[in-house]
Amino acid sequence: MEWETVIGLEIHVQLNTKSKIFSGSSTAYGAEPNSQASAVDLGLPGVLPVLNREVVRKAVKFGLAINAELAGQSVFARKNYFYPDLPKGYQISQYELPIVGRGAIDIDLPDGTRKTINITRAHLEEDAGKSIHDLYSDSTAVDLNRAGTPLVEIVSEPEMRSAAEAAAYMKTLHALVRYLDISDGNMQEGSFRCDANVSVRPAGSEQFGTRAELKNLNSFRFVEQAINYEVERQIALIESGGEVIQETRLYDPNKGETRSMRGKEQAHDYRYFPDPDLLPVDIDDSFIEEIRAELPELPAARRQRFIEQYELSDYDSGVLTASRELADYFETSVTTAGGHAKVCANWTMGELSAALNRDGVELSRSTVSARQLGELVARIQDQTISGKIAKTVFDALWNGEGEVDQVIEDRGLKQVTDTGAIEQLVDDVIAANPDQCEQYRNGNDKVLGYLVGQAMKQSQGKANPQQVNELLRQKLD
Amino acid sequence: MYLNTLVAQARALAAGEISSTELTRLHLDRCQQLDSRLNAIITLSAETALAQAEAADARRAAGQAGPLTGIPLLHKDIFCTQGVRTSCGSRMLDNFVAPYDATVVRRLQDAGMVMLGKTNMDEFAMGSSNETSYYGPVTNPWRAQTVPGGSSGGSAAAVAARLAAAATGTDTGGSIRQPAALCGITGIKPTYGRVSRYGMIAFASSLDQAGPMTRTAEDAALLLSAMSGFDPLDSTSIERDSEDYSAQLGDSLEGLTLGLPKEFFGAGLHPDVAAAIETAAAELEKLGARLKEITLPNSSLGIPAYYVVAPAEASSNLARFDGVRYGYRCADPADLQDLYCRSRSEGFGREVKRRIMIGTYALSSGYYDAYYLKAQQVRRLIRDDFQRAFEAVDVILGPTTPAPAFGLNEKTADPVSMYLNDIYTVTANLAGLPAMSLPAGFSGELPIGMHLIGNYFSEGRLLNVAHRYQQVTDWHERVPEGCE
Repeated sequence: MEWETVIGLEIHVQLNTKSKIFSGSSTAYGAEPNSQASAVDLGLPGVLPVLNREVVRKAVKFGLAINAELAGQSVFARKNYFYPDLPKGYQISQYELPIVGRGAIDIDLPDGTRKTINITRAHLEEDAGKSIHDLYSDSTAVDLNRAGTPLVEIVSEPEMRSAAEAAAYMKTLHALVRYLDISDGNMQEGSFRCDANVSVRPAGSEQFGTRAELKNLNSFRFVEQAINYEVERQIALIESGGEVIQETRLYDPNKGETRSMRGKEQAHDYRYFPDPDLLPVDIDDSFIEEIRAELPELPAARRQRFIEQYELSDYDSGVLTASRELADYFETSVTTAGGHAKVCANWTMGELSAALNRDGVELSRSTVSARQLGELVARIQDQTISGKIAKTVFDALWNGEGEVDQVIEDRGLKQVTDTGAIEQLVDDVIAANPDQCEQYRNGNDKVLGYLVGQAMKQSQGKANPQQVNELLRQKLD
Repeated sequence: MYLNTLVAQARALAAGEISSTELTRLHLDRCQQLDSRLNAIITLSAETALAQAEAADARRAAGQAGPLTGIPLLHKDIFCTQGVRTSCGSRMLDNFVAPYDATVVRRLQDAGMVMLGKTNMDEFAMGSSNETSYYGPVTNPWRAQTVPGGSSGGSAAAVAARLAAAATGTDTGGSIRQPAALCGITGIKPTYGRVSRYGMIAFASSLDQAGPMTRTAEDAALLLSAMSGFDPLDSTSIERDSEDYSAQLGDSLEGLTLGLPKEFFGAGLHPDVAAAIETAAAELEKLGARLKEITLPNSSLGIPAYYVVAPAEASSNLARFDGVRYGYRCADPADLQDLYCRSRSEGFGREVKRRIMIGTYALSSGYYDAYYLKAQQVRRLIRDDFQRAFEAVDVILGPTTPAPAFGLNEKTADPVSMYLNDIYTVTANLAGLPAMSLPAGFSGELPIGMHLIGNYFSEGRLLNVAHRYQQVTDWHERVPEGCE
């Protein structure tokens, strides 16, 4: 039988505000355990939450970016359950009235087509602390630094039909929140986490199959792997006469499999009710317009502009606008180079990306700055150096050997354009290669390339290849 | 001097007739002498009190004293006090010392007041008799073996017995007014949001409100002016300037319309209470007020709605007491589940557990709409009743409680009869309205309380009515036997 996969994602995005959602404590990552937990974060008796206005701004920003309905009034609710890293015995979240209503986002599929994924809602909530089970042999340690960190949970419609689509959606959202500067999107630190609801149904069926909720999918790769594993598991189960049960399953990246965490009957009754300590959040039009005015250019618009303004291909524009940092890098390099967008694009997507990948470095930590890349392109364009020499310069920059002009100067890489010097070089090559010259004169054009190469080699790459080429022709023809 | 009111003590301090240190010592001694009989105080903080008194004297010497500087008072043990244990009447917090002051405590301390200690209360403010306290019941100063009311029973008994001229209280369903009535003192629950809840251990967040408990309305006005005002630490606190409630005390009652809800004078009302309130109403009429019978048709829904909303919120508010970070933890927990179960089973008393269970049930999936949501709808009906009434009258008048103080253990076996003690008071909490109780007579040796309910932010008007009444009556001046 043909099976169709149905996937919906719930993505938790940590908002990059300086302080927590309901207290003034810092949200900085990696501090001493419990050093960033105030009386409010600790859930001491009598303390009260006060909403961080910046959190609301960031959520609204996200809502505008996905063209969502923004609730005039949203309400915080308590989600009640006991856990040692949940200090109050409830998590403040939003339930019936989330801040962001229905919206949508376009994703690019691997086959080059585009698909719209509808977003059901996005709501604000506070993060819990961390339970650390492997620090002490006989007890669990609790670190509440993370407790109260603002999160926006983005819930999609079950509209993705493959693991690849799910990963594409996740990547698109990831790029978006970084464009919007509402999250650092750091997946290692848990700033961008994903749960997936996965089910299968016979192709053509209108009815949804029973779903499993997969947890702990903290990388794009894990999302794909976990979903693919789960889909196969469910299909095999059904085809062997079994039945999928509604449950929560944990993905184990070491074993590449999902395993049952808790069933439906063990599901919590969270006893949601509106939090009486917090007033409903009223969002008026002027607040929305104020934030709309602050919205940066979004990925889709920027991609279109790259195509038009820089005359880049759809593909190149897509690659360059995949992250705000890369797009910014590219545009800075173009500005510094004084144009030459196509060359800048090639260098950004070529040498730069290759070096970043090779050394496993984030763009933000690149030793070659966008300005330096732009200067390098400028030096190619004004014929100070050849494209080939430019690679040497790039490597030097990558190794931290200083600025572009300084590297060219120190290493004596400046292109030789002096006609006299090149003429001497050409004469030497002709004298040293009588056979090849003869072949050329007999009509073997390909030999010219060899001769140019010899001249370039002698000049250690510094001769202007164009000039060498022309002079050789003049002298041999 | 301990027989003096807050205002009289303030005058004596200002005139230099007594120092704050002397006044504080006097009250500390009195607390030590009398409290073995009353059990109104959980923690006496003599050292802190004397240090604060000294500071108050220094402040006065420097010419920076305010009207409340140097006056001793007691705080209900529900308010967090930095460095002094805050138990909330529970074994759960028997060892808890907060690293911060509640806003109410901070404000009164900033005004220069001296904290003598923390008063006994029903556990987590859940009770109407002070019998649910982990620290044992409080005795009503007017009669042994009689309850003082609750949950602010310790505060009410202490003020009635002249252990202090004033105490703070909190009122979720009547917890200031009912004990004030049963102990013959004056207590006001302000408009919801008027006084900050920060640092006040939550029972039912949408109903809780702190207020002063004193002998006179004049004292209550002075104290409430200092307690109230916007607090950025409490999102439900209302952004509205503080008021000087003392300024309105002398206003004439001429032209004021008092509404008497017929629902408050029906079956179940003790004849002595009914008679006392009718006499009090007549007294106010003599002062220029007009009386008008009104109706609050949904009043009877108050108790059922309250006993859904309050336990629901409490079940969630009390979830933080889990034995993990602070407070009571059971011995040798086998695992996490055991730690939770036994810490909470052993740390909480019966009434608290009863309400946690009721509240958890009311919020459970499948019951939420039928209970919690329905109760919230009833709340709206009750609010609407009051708003209609306030179109015709300025202040609503009735009895605070159906009967005078009852005997110790008389109602502990029957929670519903205990709950019905709050029948006239809960509706003001459900609607968020200001309301107060003041002495209006006696039934034998037991005091009777008159209940005034006003529209939002009409605390000044309520205190004005109470003050004018107290100028022509002397119920509030009576002293329980043995407390002279």
